[in-house]
Amino acid sequence: MSTNTATHHDDHGHPTGIMRWVASTNHKDIGTLYLWFSFFMFLFAGALALGIRAELFQPGLQFLEPENFNRLTTLHGLIMIFGAIMPAFVGFANWMIPLMIGASDLAFPRLNNMSFWLMIPAALLLMTSIFVPGGAIAGGWTMYPPLSVQNPSMSVDMSILALHILGVSSIVGSINIITTILNMRAPGMTMMKMPLFVWTWLITAFLLIASMPVLAGALTMLLTDRHFGTSFFDAAGGGDPVLWQHVFWFFGHPEVYIMILPAFGLISTIIPTFARKPLFGYASMVYATAAIALLSFVVWAHHMFTTGMPVAGQLFFMYSTMLISIPTGVKVFNWVATMWRGSMTFETPMLFSIAVVFLFTIGGFSGLVCAILPVDIQVQDTYYVVAHFHYVLFSGAAMSIMGAVYYWLPKWTGFMYDETLGKWHFWLTTIAFNVTFFPMHFTGLAGMPRRVPDYALQFAEFNMISSFGAFALGISQLLFLYIVVKCIKGGTKADAKPWDGAEGLEWTVPSPAPFHTFEVPPTVK
Amino acid sequence: MNKRSILSLGAAFLSVYAANSHAAYALNLKTPATEIASQIYDLHMMMIWVCLAIFVVVFGLMFYSILKHRKSAGHVASQFHENHWLEVVWTIIPVIILAGMAYPATKTILAMKDTAASDMSIKVTGSQWKWSYDYLDQDVKFVSTLATSDDQIHNKAEKGENYLLEVDNPMVVPVGKKIKVLLTAADVIHAFWVPEFGIKQDAIPGFVRETWFRVDKPGTYRGQCAELCGKAHGYMPIVVEAMEEDDYNAWIVAKKDAAAAADAGADQEWTKDDLVAAGKAVYEKNCAVCHQVNGAGMPPAFPAMTGSAIATGPLEGHLDIILNGKNIMPAWAAVLNDVDIAAVIAYERNALGNNTGDFIQPSAVKAAR
Repeated sequence: MSTNTATHHDDHGHPTGIMRWVASTNHKDIGTLYLWFSFFMFLFAGALALGIRAELFQPGLQFLEPENFNRLTTLHGLIMIFGAIMPAFVGFANWMIPLMIGASDLAFPRLNNMSFWLMIPAALLLMTSIFVPGGAIAGGWTMYPPLSVQNPSMSVDMSILALHILGVSSIVGSINIITTILNMRAPGMTMMKMPLFVWTWLITAFLLIASMPVLAGALTMLLTDRHFGTSFFDAAGGGDPVLWQHVFWFFGHPEVYIMILPAFGLISTIIPTFARKPLFGYASMVYATAAIALLSFVVWAHHMFTTGMPVAGQLFFMYSTMLISIPTGVKVFNWVATMWRGSMTFETPMLFSIAVVFLFTIGGFSGLVCAILPVDIQVQDTYYVVAHFHYVLFSGAAMSIMGAVYYWLPKWTGFMYDETLGKWHFWLTTIAFNVTFFPMHFTGLAGMPRRVPDYALQFAEFNMISSFGAFALGISQLLFLYIVVKCIKGGTKADAKPWDGAEGLEWTVPSPAPFHTFEVPPTVK
Repeated sequence: MNKRSILSLGAAFLSVYAANSHAAYALNLKTPATEIASQIYDLHMMMIWVCLAIFVVVFGLMFYSILKHRKSAGHVASQFHENHWLEVVWTIIPVIILAGMAYPATKTILAMKDTAASDMSIKVTGSQWKWSYDYLDQDVKFVSTLATSDDQIHNKAEKGENYLLEVDNPMVVPVGKKIKVLLTAADVIHAFWVPEFGIKQDAIPGFVRETWFRVDKPGTYRGQCAELCGKAHGYMPIVVEAMEEDDYNAWIVAKKDAAAAADAGADQEWTKDDLVAAGKAVYEKNCAVCHQVNGAGMPPAFPAMTGSAIATGPLEGHLDIILNGKNIMPAWAAVLNDVDIAAVIAYERNALGNNTGDFIQPSAVKAAR
């Protein structure tokens, strides 16, 4: 077979065909796998969201019976978080961290392979759970008991198992990333010379290691409550349903920052490039990231203001939550100061980054509104919260991922992407996103609860607008797919450093980046 | 796109805006009906203005920079990347702003949590998918469920003004009294939310939580369950009627009389046909949400009533599962009276495709409790 000769004639070659991917220990190939996997899951979970928006287009029930609607919202959340956003950032970590710190690969290449391939059975469990008797998990991605204990469907257990597997994958991946960053930096690259993306991932990896086992504990208690007669979350047996919420959100809030800190790293990489000016306040960016990470462990009960905590608990969690806006504000100010008196150009990655700064800040403000406990009493579990977390997760995390894809596509493929189409994708995405989610602030304030398949008539107009926006947003992502495929197939040849303002070791290797890079570590001055 | 089509597109957007603007509440929190709700309203407005001011300053600078400091405008990049003085200032100013927000918020929180010195207490129990109200000082209890018809929900009938926000038995309270609400749940977590009162409190099975409100103006206030509680979560509204005290007292008397009349019915002899006829309404209001109007159920979670081993088996087993529940099936003993239970048993055994011919008297239900 030709594959055998190809493997052996050259030390720097690699297996071809399917085994190149299945058995890969190469950080670039595994990074590519992660990115494609997350894009596929993004489209899948996005299609579920379009089901939600189709049902909500008008009041009344048109397409989905209520339980099916709940299945869509639940799977949309789980798959977007664990299948789309998180793996995309791991894909960037795989591809870029070794290139940014001048390492030849990650510290544990075989573990890296395992981290990726563990995701496949987990994704299959989540997706096939739609077809089991009783239907997919329907109690919301937060899986609050007793509702999630009450649901007799096997899909709940499949989802629990899937999350367990994903947790193992994340923990293994995090150990790999931490070890790589701490031990494999090129000579001369001190910690405070690392690119900010590397810093944000180092801190994110610690968050993952600290929070994923907590989720695993909660899920295991849920599983034994469901099947083995325990009563962790059942008052009749001495438990407490609210215990789940405490443990879940002790994981869940760090999880929120797991999905945004690497995005901050990406933005902090892209803006200086196109402002042609060094990142403003590098050290304060590092400290702000660390501060956000530490605070993320003491704010969890702000998701639970309506559970009826004692007043001291309510005040503590309100104050600690408000504090988060300080390091987050520092970041926004630093990005604006980086642009200030630069020499800016507005290629697609820069457009996405500016939109992220602008729109993420809207999400930050609505987050501050939610932190004010009395106001949260009114907006908790309404569409206001839906608007808030989509402004941070879509226009924060997802759009920074899109910008970063455009930024490094020339390095990955060796070709420039189509700039005109990229700008079309940017404007379509940004406008459609705002048409979809901005009206949700209004419907939420006016009193529309989330996770309902049907609503009172006063919410009809805004819901119709949101649904139009959602379909435009969904279709625009097919353009993204087309642009990426077109770029892989060919186009203008990309230089080693296609952006004249870019800094960093990844631009010292040719485009496309060869299969093996930095076998001899570079020296950083 | 020509000028005319741009204009007509603009007109379309304006008309959407106009359609909303006649209902002022559609853009903001509902008009407050209690002191707490109006404090929340003011807090929110303060937050909006403060955030908007920061937003304008920060992004004014950013867009100014985008406009002026661009390469195409010939701007050459400076290379500054640090300014400790600036960084300290923009860390300290937010701290001061946050303290200014925290102070009024803290005052409101302390007021919200103060349930002492209440004039009356109502125990509210959430269950899938209805609210039960128990007036602890008055010995009045009743169950409140969605009044919107299934035809409206499935677009077979025109939707009414209060679509999804109307109930058969509203909660009734006197104005000007501090009412303590004791919340719990029978099955899963629900949340009792009346936006105009500024209260939202989770109802947690096995625990009792408290909140309170005092309405000053008579009127009808509508809310909904705010915590996902299963398939009919969106169909679990709350309606509160606030009345002058005299009207409220008259309402209490009427409720007590109706309960006494229903109790009297339990001691009469009923015919099978009368029970089956009465059972249809009870079934469609309480049972059809899971077992379906035609009795087909939604297996595997919700078994069919037609041909059911329980509904066609021994009467004692049928009565037992209705009174005491099993797994997802709730216990109805506390919710339905003796006549309702006897009626629904007669209906389930002699309609929906079943024809066992047997039934039990309300007196037998009373004896079995």
